[in-house]
Amino acid sequence: MSYTLQFGQVLPYLGYLAGGALLSLQIAFLAFCGGLVIGTGGAAVKTFGPWPLRRAVDVYVGFFVNTPQLVQIYFLYFALPDAGVLLSSYQAVLIGMTLNAGAYLTEIQRAGFLSRRQAEMEAAEVLGFARWQQVRYVILPHIARVLFPSLANQYILMTLGTSMAAVFGVEELTGRAFNVNAQTFRSIEIFSLSAGLYVVITFAATIILALFGRFAFRAKMRIV
Amino acid sequence: MMWDHLVAEAPRFFTYWNLRFLVLAGLTTLALSFTGCILGGAAGLAFASVRLTRSAPLGPVRVIATLYIEIFRRVPFLVTLMLVFFAFQLAGIELPLFVIGAISVFLIASAFLAEIIRGGMLAVHRNQWDAAETMNFTLIQALRHVVLPQAWRVILPPAFGFFVLFIKDTALASQIGVVELTYAGKVLNNRGFSATLSFGSILVLYFMMSFPLTRLGAYLEARLAPARNPRA
Amino acid sequence: MHQLEIRGLNAAYGNVTVLSGIDLAVEKGEIIGLIGPSGSGKSTLLRALVGLLPPGDGEVVLDGKPVSYRDSTQLRQVRDRLAIVFQQFNLFQNMTVLENVTITPVKIKGRARAAVEAEAKDLLAKVGLSNKLSAYPDELSGGQQQRVAIARALALKPEILLLDEVTASLDPELVSEVLDTIRMLAADGMTMLIVSHEMGFIRELASRVVFMAGGKVVEIGPPKEIFDSPREARTREFVSKILRH
Repeated sequence: MSYTLQFGQVLPYLGYLAGGALLSLQIAFLAFCGGLVIGTGGAAVKTFGPWPLRRAVDVYVGFFVNTPQLVQIYFLYFALPDAGVLLSSYQAVLIGMTLNAGAYLTEIQRAGFLSRRQAEMEAAEVLGFARWQQVRYVILPHIARVLFPSLANQYILMTLGTSMAAVFGVEELTGRAFNVNAQTFRSIEIFSLSAGLYVVITFAATIILALFGRFAFRAKMRIV
Repeated sequence: MMWDHLVAEAPRFFTYWNLRFLVLAGLTTLALSFTGCILGGAAGLAFASVRLTRSAPLGPVRVIATLYIEIFRRVPFLVTLMLVFFAFQLAGIELPLFVIGAISVFLIASAFLAEIIRGGMLAVHRNQWDAAETMNFTLIQALRHVVLPQAWRVILPPAFGFFVLFIKDTALASQIGVVELTYAGKVLNNRGFSATLSFGSILVLYFMMSFPLTRLGAYLEARLAPARNPRA
Repeated sequence: MHQLEIRGLNAAYGNVTVLSGIDLAVEKGEIIGLIGPSGSGKSTLLRALVGLLPPGDGEVVLDGKPVSYRDSTQLRQVRDRLAIVFQQFNLFQNMTVLENVTITPVKIKGRARAAVEAEAKDLLAKVGLSNKLSAYPDELSGGQQQRVAIARALALKPEILLLDEVTASLDPELVSEVLDTIRMLAADGMTMLIVSHEMGFIRELASRVVFMAGGKVVEIGPPKEIFDSPREARTREFVSKILRH
């Protein structure tokens, strides 16, 4: 059976797909923000907290890092109803991605906490900086510069990770690709186009974040 | 209460047959990741080496290698899987679903591993490359005798991290019907077992597969990183 | 016929010219000392001769035959005939001393291992390292590593030996052992181009001295002339500064 590529049939859907791409970026962003909050808490506990709490964070991180995000979301979506918690697919995806991100970001931010330099803090203290001033002017800028590349990279990875939301019917980029595929059956074309869109949005995001990192934090960022 | 339901269900769930089913599915998961990783590593080595060449005739090959790596690192696994699946289907080639899954893992594994291998090779000090070059080593000879023996220490620890990543990615192969661990979980859930036990047990099984590898990677990172460093 | 002749050699990294109009003729058995301030192009010249720079204009003629660095076969031939010893020794960290010396003749040139090993052991004995054959580079001192590097270069049976600031990275007390090794090679009649800051050594050993500055050859002459009565003002300036120490 011969199959001729007919991109003409799928190009009209480009706008529809682009809308899905925006949703992918949005879901990733929300999950990233939530994960950042969890990660800050987790990193703080791991750096300063008592032994039992540190253990608990280790268990959390270990579990989410060593199991697939897809199955985590399956669990949230299908198993939680047994306990009376009903989540929509969007909610399950978002919560799953947030918890997942929280685990990775705990590790990333812990590295950031560890990079605080004793000498700088002592200098600031001796110069009469109040605690909050030490944090604002000395600690945070340094940590932000150290962390920004890893955080930016994590966000890009999460944008790619939103793809599995399609399994649950969420209409982000891959989900919409499935829809168009069901309508036109131009599978190769539609998925190639989607792949292309993912490459484009991740490239764009990488460049934008790299430029932002360089200007805002003087972070060492590769543009590609 | 929910716990009572689970406790009541447990004996029905944890039967020999079910466990055997899950273990075999787990082995399929491992086989998928392992095949994709080993073949991907070989291809990644080839890609990384190609990118290091400097001769003009190989220019187009270098461009293709770079494009391949940059693209497959930026496409979600599910999309890659769909592309491979439909490409073979529409070309009229019948392949076992496992093979399609393995090919998909191979594609992304080769792209990711190419980058860490290249990183490892570039981490070998410039003066090692210079010495090999002035003594007329070809690129392959330099890689084989000088660079890779020193680069593997930088390459191996992150490679373990990626192996875990590919194990997790294989979960998506369930979407095309490969009977790996996630698919097995869905099967059990559809058979009437609770989602909690079905998906819970595959989460545990994934953990049991990945955790040792993650730890091994961390251990190797600590042990290999400060070792025999080339004197600057 | 000169063993090596360089005519009007230019070299650049991108837009930056690093060598311009280098003219130099070297006879067999000569020892040429290359001196000059940092960045004058001395090391760059050696690296260009051994093909580590992008090929530029000008001619390099070996035994009367011009060499094109753009042609990969000719480049291989040049590297067969010219051996370089680097400032940072550049020993292969993953190999023992003996393996470092034998690897190129055995694996790259395809010679028989037994013969190569015998030669290697002789060379290593000559540089005084017979007891270190199975040591790894990071177990050796800088002076020892550099002597291995010299043995490694000699194992290639080069026609001309290029020595690029080979004592510059060494602790002072280790410098003399390497200089002694070079003296021995000179006595054996090896043609050498030596870039060095060790002025006393250059003065003692070199048949001619080349003073370079800013990527150009400023003056060439016998050591007595260059150090005691240089013709060029720039040379005088440099020499007076270093002799003031």
